[in-house]
Amino acid sequence: MRTRFQQQMEDLREKLLRMGGLAELAVDRATQAYTQRDLSRCQLVLENESHINAAEREIDEMAFDILATQQPAAVDLRFILAVTKINADLERVGDQAVNIAERVMDLIELPAVELPVDIARMATAVSAMVRRALEAFVEGKAELAQAVLEMDHVVDRMRDEAFIMLVRKMNEEPQTTQQALDALLVARNLERVADHATNIAEDVIFWVLGADVRHHAQAASAAPRPEGREQ
Amino acid sequence: MGVGITVEHLNAFYAKTQALFDVNITVLANHATALIGPSGCGKSTFIRCLNRMHETIPEARVEGTVRIGDLSVYNGTSATQLRRRVGMVFQKANPFPTMSIYDNVAAGLKLNGYSNRKKLDEVVQKSLHHSALWDEVKDHLHKKSGASLSGGQQQRLCIARALAVQPEVLLMDEPCSALDPISTGKIEELIFQLKEQYTIVIVTHNMQQAARVAEFTGFFLLGKMIEFDKTEKIFTNPSDKRTEDYVTGRFG
Repeated sequence: MRTRFQQQMEDLREKLLRMGGLAELAVDRATQAYTQRDLSRCQLVLENESHINAAEREIDEMAFDILATQQPAAVDLRFILAVTKINADLERVGDQAVNIAERVMDLIELPAVELPVDIARMATAVSAMVRRALEAFVEGKAELAQAVLEMDHVVDRMRDEAFIMLVRKMNEEPQTTQQALDALLVARNLERVADHATNIAEDVIFWVLGADVRHHAQAASAAPRPEGREQ
Repeated sequence: MGVGITVEHLNAFYAKTQALFDVNITVLANHATALIGPSGCGKSTFIRCLNRMHETIPEARVEGTVRIGDLSVYNGTSATQLRRRVGMVFQKANPFPTMSIYDNVAAGLKLNGYSNRKKLDEVVQKSLHHSALWDEVKDHLHKKSGASLSGGQQQRLCIARALAVQPEVLLMDEPCSALDPISTGKIEELIFQLKEQYTIVIVTHNMQQAARVAEFTGFFLLGKMIEFDKTEKIFTNPSDKRTEDYVTGRFG
């Protein structure tokens, strides 16, 4: 057993999980800031962003070192490739949270209006996707990741509905255009977070099964590990 | 040109001890195939069954079928006849120490009765070119002995010696294990070029080497061929858990 190598892999895994926690927290804070029009939460999101960026660089360096010094193969190689891609997705999740927070900082200046969109509900669905994608990573379970892929359609529908309703609102009540546009952009940011959660789930499937399910390829195409060819 | 190798139900024994168990494998012509596995797994025994070196050990025997192209290795073919078509390079370079560089390369041909000097010159030059050694030794072919060369050069001299008899298959048993990274790189580059003309089977303990040079890789464990597949499959997503445990360093 390669003790040092295994320790490095475990450290990498833990570091990515901590980063996942930061990204999840950023999305939760940003959506709370939107629903509660809370400037202090926006500030927390912006402060958190530098930690996420630092973690991204650190994870990339750790992965780079392992690739350079340990020559990982098979499941270990897939794990490291998955980690580097998940790392990038989590950083982008953090960016989306910052976008939402900045949007909230602008809209707080405007009067609150009733809008025909349930951002809180959409945020709950998106947060659940991120959380489950990270759970799939923690447990190394492809079936959990597969469930995340299926949730993406639900969020896409929410975004489409929000678009239709908000455009109608803008047409009917032009004085609410700025607020409706902000809500539309927040919905779009959340939908992008869901896309990143989907990417993470796809990377978990790649790591666990060695199957590429991106761009709607079927996870089922990943045949279960056959018995060894023993003759 | 190289020829394919077909092995069916191969069992090998050292007296009563069985070293290989029912190995089946098809090696494609003009490809490099690597054999990996922990020490004592049978990969060297296997490669030595391909040119009948296994049977040179007292009480060792082989059962099963091995075909090198159209030649049936264990059915009516003499060992000499076979080894004209199957060259071998060993872990430790073993040039004839008292012979010049030229004579080392020409030794196999001379043994087979070639005496035409012009023909010998031609083959020696071509073989040294093929083994990427010509430029380094062309000025002292007759003056220097094979043993005076560096380890990496000696190994390439042995490859030239093997190529001189124009084999179709080249077997390499850990050819780089005693070489530094530069010499190893040269041998690996050579393997890449040689497979255009020869079928290469290489036994290696260096898994990265297998990944670098071979299109196909076989994993041996306890005398059995556990998995044989395209190299990228073996090193990225092997089908058998034991292969995965080995290539990821979890045992062996």
